[in-house]
Amino acid sequence: MTPDITTKPSETVSYRGADDGGQPLWRKLVRWETALVFVLIAVLIFGSAKESGFLDGTNFFYISLNMGEIAIMALPLTLIVMTGEIDLSVASMLGLSGTVMGSLFHDGWSVWAAMAAALLVGAAGGALNGLLVAKMGLPSIAVTIGTLTLFRGLAEIVLAPRTITGFPISLTKIGVVPVQGTKIAWSALIFLVLAIIFGVVLHATALGRSIVAIGLQPEAARFSGVRVDRIKFGLYVVSGVFCALAGILFTLKNSSVSYDAGTGLELNVVAIVLLGGVSIFGGRGTVIGVVLAVVIVGCLQQALTQMGVQPEVQNIVTGSLLLVSVLVPNSGELVRRIRARRRRGPVPAA
Amino acid sequence: MTISRTARRRATAILSLSVAGVMLAACGSSSNAGSDPTGKPTATGVKKGLTVYFIPKDTQNPYEVLADQGGKKALEELGGKVVVSSGTADTAAAQIPSIQTAIQKHADAIVIAGNDPSALCPSLNQASAAGIKIVSFDSDISCGTSPNHLFINQADTADVGTSEVDLLAKQIGSTGQVAILSAAASATNQNAWIGFMKKQLTKYPNMKLVSTVYGNDDPATSLTVLQGLLSAYPNLKGIISPTTVGISTAAQYLSNHKDVAKKVTLTGLGLPSQMKSYVKDGTVKSFELWNPNQLGYLAGYAAASLASGSASLQTGSTFKAGTLGSYKVLAPASGVGPSVVLGPPTVFDASNVDKFNF
Repeated sequence: MTPDITTKPSETVSYRGADDGGQPLWRKLVRWETALVFVLIAVLIFGSAKESGFLDGTNFFYISLNMGEIAIMALPLTLIVMTGEIDLSVASMLGLSGTVMGSLFHDGWSVWAAMAAALLVGAAGGALNGLLVAKMGLPSIAVTIGTLTLFRGLAEIVLAPRTITGFPISLTKIGVVPVQGTKIAWSALIFLVLAIIFGVVLHATALGRSIVAIGLQPEAARFSGVRVDRIKFGLYVVSGVFCALAGILFTLKNSSVSYDAGTGLELNVVAIVLLGGVSIFGGRGTVIGVVLAVVIVGCLQQALTQMGVQPEVQNIVTGSLLLVSVLVPNSGELVRRIRARRRRGPVPAA
Repeated sequence: MTISRTARRRATAILSLSVAGVMLAACGSSSNAGSDPTGKPTATGVKKGLTVYFIPKDTQNPYEVLADQGGKKALEELGGKVVVSSGTADTAAAQIPSIQTAIQKHADAIVIAGNDPSALCPSLNQASAAGIKIVSFDSDISCGTSPNHLFINQADTADVGTSEVDLLAKQIGSTGQVAILSAAASATNQNAWIGFMKKQLTKYPNMKLVSTVYGNDDPATSLTVLQGLLSAYPNLKGIISPTTVGISTAAQYLSNHKDVAKKVTLTGLGLPSQMKSYVKDGTVKSFELWNPNQLGYLAGYAAASLASGSASLQTGSTFKAGTLGSYKVLAPASGVGPSVVLGPPTVFDASNVDKFNF
């Protein structure tokens, strides 16, 4: 997207280096992802210094168990935020799909058929978001706040005040034992496999480049032949389906489901995506950054809980992290805006 | 005539607690709390240095903060310690890391107020498998036998019903027309209490129950039915309102109508925080509710006794709970596993209402 008008390769390079969105030199040396690696190392040192059992396998299992569903929902959201949109209905979708699965299972469906139905519900819910955002052009933040409430309301109608239990133990054991021979939870393993797929799609395919292009300049992308609406619609459907998958895993992990399952998790999901370095303005971000953010948040949360840090303080830590992750990557842009304002400032109403 | 939202939320929380109490009614046994305040705790057979994790619904709920303090006091007396760990939101997901931490830290027991009856079971089962004793209070978990756990019940249904009648009888000299201002007509817990009230009223031949009205736990409805009650029975001497919404609405009305308040005595189940001002201005002499501080204290002793092996989940197993005296484990019944009942509700009046902030 750089205004690349020169013909000589050497000049192209120097031109980019000089301008490239006005990035300071240190920004090129220190990528956000590199910073995340250092943060992760710091968290691990901090955790193991404060808690003797922090680096042991059981703790690793717990962390992966707690983060799995959140992490899975973060992947499609990464792509959605890359296009400059948002999906705040993710946790309600998790609750609704889990609720549908539980309700059908309770009505005598086989657990597998109930899971398939949950995934269909996810696709339908995602399609509704996609329709309103991509096809009708409504602002995604308003649409998905609406569906956040809508999906949770539907879940309440389907299930409240019942709690469904009795899922097959062969499946619910994913909430208690790691994948055989390892120390990782099933949900986290599924996340890692999906992360590789999402990473390849985003960083090595035409679709991925289209997503970046939409985020940087939707109009330009549209005129270059990128089917903006179709891609956005597709991403919301994908988000719905993966939130439903998370809902299924969440239900099996807890070996029960009630309509309020996962309430409030959307903030964790958004926080991870932003901490992962995905720009809230779209167009910039990496899957590896999001994976690192998942591990950092999981480890930090576990370390603080084990140290007996009050949950209010934990919320402050998480909130500050979120602010830092919005401020720092956009600092170049912010500095430029402040300078521009200063330049305008001294000029009075002439 | 409105009540603040937080107050109402608190009220519903308390009411939902009492549902659990009713579930235990099927036990049919009266209180076994031998209140024997010797002043000195008797810590026979309890190991020193125990660590008990208290996992409340969240760390902000004033009711549960009082319970946690009770637990801390119990473990202090026993030479152990309490770690309070939970989230700020009332969700199972926020409690699970705390359970995991208890396992990682090799805690001796967990005392939990479940945010979800079932979603915590897998994690608690893991804790139980790791040798941690599980005790629930405030809101029970329904995990069947996996894990086996002890429920600390806040009040026995029969006790709540009988003690409210006794409380009113004392204030009106056991004579005159009385009425009940309840929650919804279908409310199981209130109806169970009312059943015991009627039974207890037969012991006071000069007290006559003239009407039972239902305010649906809504301040506006409660006020309307209260006004109807007062105009239909001008000689009414007493009202029992076994719901925090009903009693606070009625107290507010009486406080603004001193001429009526002079003739009518009000009592029932109320939150000290809501009722404080009405006790001080003389509208209400006394009311009752269980004491969350004692609930936590009992849970702390129960957890320590189970962890020391000096008590078990067997029906009839007994343990000492410091200043509260001796307690016996009740048999499982209708959806509730082994349990103990705290005892008769605490009576609040001008002398102690300031000490409670829930």
